[in-house]
Amino acid sequence: MMSWLPENISAHGGEIDFLFTFIYYITSVTFFLVAACMVAFLILYRQKPGVQATYTHGNKTIEIIWTVIPAIILIVILFLSQASWAKLKVNPPTNPDVRLEVIGKQFNWIVIYPGPDGKFGTKDDVRLDNQVNIPINKMVLISMRAEDVIHSFFIPNARVKQDIVPGRLTQVWFKPIKTGKYEIPCAELCGTGHSGMKGELIVHSEESYTAFLTKLYAKKSS
Amino acid sequence: MSDSATATVGHDHHEASFISTYVFSTDHKMIAKQFFWFALVMMILGGGLALMFRWQLAWPETSVWGFGWLSDENEFMPTGIIGPDIYNMMITMHATIMVFFVIMPMFSGAFSNFLIPLMIGARDMAFPFLNMLSFWVAALAGVIMLAGFFVEGGHAAAGWTAYAPLSIKEEFTGVGAGQTLWALSIFVLTISGLMGSVNYITTVINMRTKGMTWFRMPTTVWALFVVAILSLLALPILGAAGVLLIFDRVFETAFFDPQKGGQPLLWQHLFWYFGHPEVYILILPAMGVTSDILSVFSRKPIFGYRAMVYAIIAIAFIGWAVWGHHMFQSGMNPRLGQAFMTTTMLIAIPSAIKTFNWLGTLWKGSIQFTVPMLHALAFVSMFVIGGLSGIFMASNTVDIFIHDTYFIVAHIHYVLFGGSIFGLFAGVTFWFPKMFGRMMNDSLGRVHFWITFIGFNIIFFPMHILGIGGHMRRIYNPMQYDFLKDFEPFNVAITLGALMLGMGQIIFAMNIFGSLWKLNFNWFRTAARVVSSYLSAFIAYKFVAFYLEGLTNPTPASFGGRMFAGIIGLAVFVWIYRYLSKKMGEIGETAPQNPWKANTLEWVAPVIPPHGNFGPTLPVVHRGPYEYSLPGEEDDWAPQTKPLSEEAASASH
Ligand code: HEM
Ligand SMILES: [Cu+2]
Ligand SMILES: [Cu+2]
Repeated sequence: MMSWLPENISAHGGEIDFLFTFIYYITSVTFFLVAACMVAFLILYRQKPGVQATYTHGNKTIEIIWTVIPAIILIVILFLSQASWAKLKVNPPTNPDVRLEVIGKQFNWIVIYPGPDGKFGTKDDVRLDNQVNIPINKMVLISMRAEDVIHSFFIPNARVKQDIVPGRLTQVWFKPIKTGKYEIPCAELCGTGHSGMKGELIVHSEESYTAFLTKLYAKKSS
Repeated sequence: MSDSATATVGHDHHEASFISTYVFSTDHKMIAKQFFWFALVMMILGGGLALMFRWQLAWPETSVWGFGWLSDENEFMPTGIIGPDIYNMMITMHATIMVFFVIMPMFSGAFSNFLIPLMIGARDMAFPFLNMLSFWVAALAGVIMLAGFFVEGGHAAAGWTAYAPLSIKEEFTGVGAGQTLWALSIFVLTISGLMGSVNYITTVINMRTKGMTWFRMPTTVWALFVVAILSLLALPILGAAGVLLIFDRVFETAFFDPQKGGQPLLWQHLFWYFGHPEVYILILPAMGVTSDILSVFSRKPIFGYRAMVYAIIAIAFIGWAVWGHHMFQSGMNPRLGQAFMTTTMLIAIPSAIKTFNWLGTLWKGSIQFTVPMLHALAFVSMFVIGGLSGIFMASNTVDIFIHDTYFIVAHIHYVLFGGSIFGLFAGVTFWFPKMFGRMMNDSLGRVHFWITFIGFNIIFFPMHILGIGGHMRRIYNPMQYDFLKDFEPFNVAITLGALMLGMGQIIFAMNIFGSLWKLNFNWFRTAARVVSSYLSAFIAYKFVAFYLEGLTNPTPASFGGRMFAGIIGLAVFVWIYRYLSKKMGEIGETAPQNPWKANTLEWVAPVIPPHGNFGPTLPVVHRGPYEYSLPGEEDDWAPQTKPLSEEAASASH
């Protein structure tokens, strides 16, 4: 089933996929054990003439065993998740290679490039609708705001998702490790045009990224 | 507490008019039936909406089957095509209706009302008048909710979670009065829920009959009692949030409006602080019912009765501290994500305990595969899947990817349909004889069960796969996305499954009404056989044809494919028809005193309990509810009212 995951193109994506797969195996084993017991019991202990059910109210030891074992497994999952969560969502990179801003707005992503000066809010900023261009192998930090309602910035291939809330700044960061074009759907119901609200992520090679920026900024200044 | 044994037998016995018997009744059993029909009617509406929007997902932007005749000026569905606005409205109303107007009224209305007094040996609720009000206030909420469909701008379309600011301004969705009526209806419904829960709590605490100690109560009563406490504490939060939403919409206050300094996330916190306890309000009753039914039909005490009760209580407590797991990606401080993941893991433990104890109950039993038992077994197995998928999302890291995808939709439905609705079917088929004095037909029940069970899994299992593929929930047309193109066959299969499931419920309806009115005429029996076999055959045909023809529309199936599918369909028809001809027996048999040979008190009451439930004296309880196959007893069951023999007294506890 896990082979249905879209191809991963970000450095941290492996961590999410690993945890996903890890939980997948644990839960599958649990499910098959429970299902096997259940089917076995249904067959073995179906009503038969002359056979009575065994009178028992349960057993303390076994109660404790099946409380403790799931608890241990859950604690393991908890700790594995926390390490990744801190990295992916709690501590943004202090020195990202590329910074972008995104404004979510019914029903577009407006992407703001900082311009040659590298600063936002200056005159040389460039806005593109629905196009995120970034270079490969560089840490990208995207700061996001919403103009109207809540949207959710989702890049399935990059294993990134973050709601964008009006009146609040949220951020995502990731490092792409594969060039290509990928979709950026909105994942939070945001009105009539929610379905179909999508942008494009273009991961450039180093050269093509420089070329892209030059062209973008040249167009602006002319 | 046992005063009630001597208390009023002599309820006022002046001539009951039609109005006081059927409309403004204060008898808990009649009120239960009112809630029962209310929930069933709403279920038809909620299910119908689902079938329509499923059509859109499988065959986007084509006329819904049966609606092609609509003109292109039709407001809702021009030429029978569902537009994105109407789609959003449909998913919103489907969930709203199923959660608030089907499962809640059924469990916290019908089951609580019907079962609590009968199972604890009381003559009625503590506050019968309040009880009556509780139903009529719920009915009012229902009317307000339905009215929303007819106002300008259509009904609410911001999802059942009504996230602000989408839900607070008309300009964002084009929905005007609909969303306000939605919030108003929810507010009114919470008042009804409060009246109910005060009543149930008081009744359970004060009106248990002599000998009915806390730990002799059936788990059903335990669950309904705990749910009443949860409702009492959780519903006011929802009610308050609903009022704030109305204020923001109508009086332009700024609780949730960021442009005026309000906080969109405040709505989410309020909603989910109610919302997570709410999901337990929806499932705990089904868990209680399942425990009881498993015990009856395994002819064996519940394994770990106390552990089961403590697990219910633990879930109710921890349930207050996990709401943030719905908000991992919402923009709240991500550090909270760690705290909420911890509590969420904690709450999975009692769920695991319950599952293992259900297995323990089956172990070395003497299992009878009756229709209620089939539904209860379905509950257990489907709840396992739903609980396990919960673990994925409970990991905040994995949730980054699967949040707001079909994985969540799969989870919801494995717990709410696989859980609550199968629990509901189990309960209805189990207590139907008590409610209406007639048995439901067994073989029709089996056909209905299998269609529902198979259909359910065809619909909801593939949704896990869609979710893994990144398929967002609440999107109108998946074909707008390149990365989702490969998933079209799943969407088609799911919709066919939904058709199957929906049609299966026709059999359920025939069974209910046939049994209720004792429709034993030849024409009805034949109709029931033909309809059941035809529906099964039709679905088999559709699936085979679909499977053979490379899975996607619009290419019609080839002649050979249709022939093959037709043969399979015909075989299914003959098979079901013959099965029913042989096995159907009488429809609407009069129920015996205790059809399932169960121990609990409701089966000691007369077949159709009169006003006041029990005869001149209330039953006295001598033992726990699960003394099945007790060594030293002649029968393999022993009603709670039966005094213990000495031998048995030493063996039981
Ligand atoms: C083992 C126990 C469970 C765990 C660990 C669990 C975990 C979760 C998590 C983490 C979410 C949020 C996912 C997201 O939006 O990204 C969720 C959603 C949900 N859960 Fe559970 N859950 C459990 C049991 C249940 C039960 C018993 C019910 C209901 C009877 C339930 C009903 C729901 C519903 C309705 C939602 C989705 C609400 C929405 O966004 O529309 N869950 N669950
Ligand atoms: Cu959106
Ligand atoms: Cu929850």
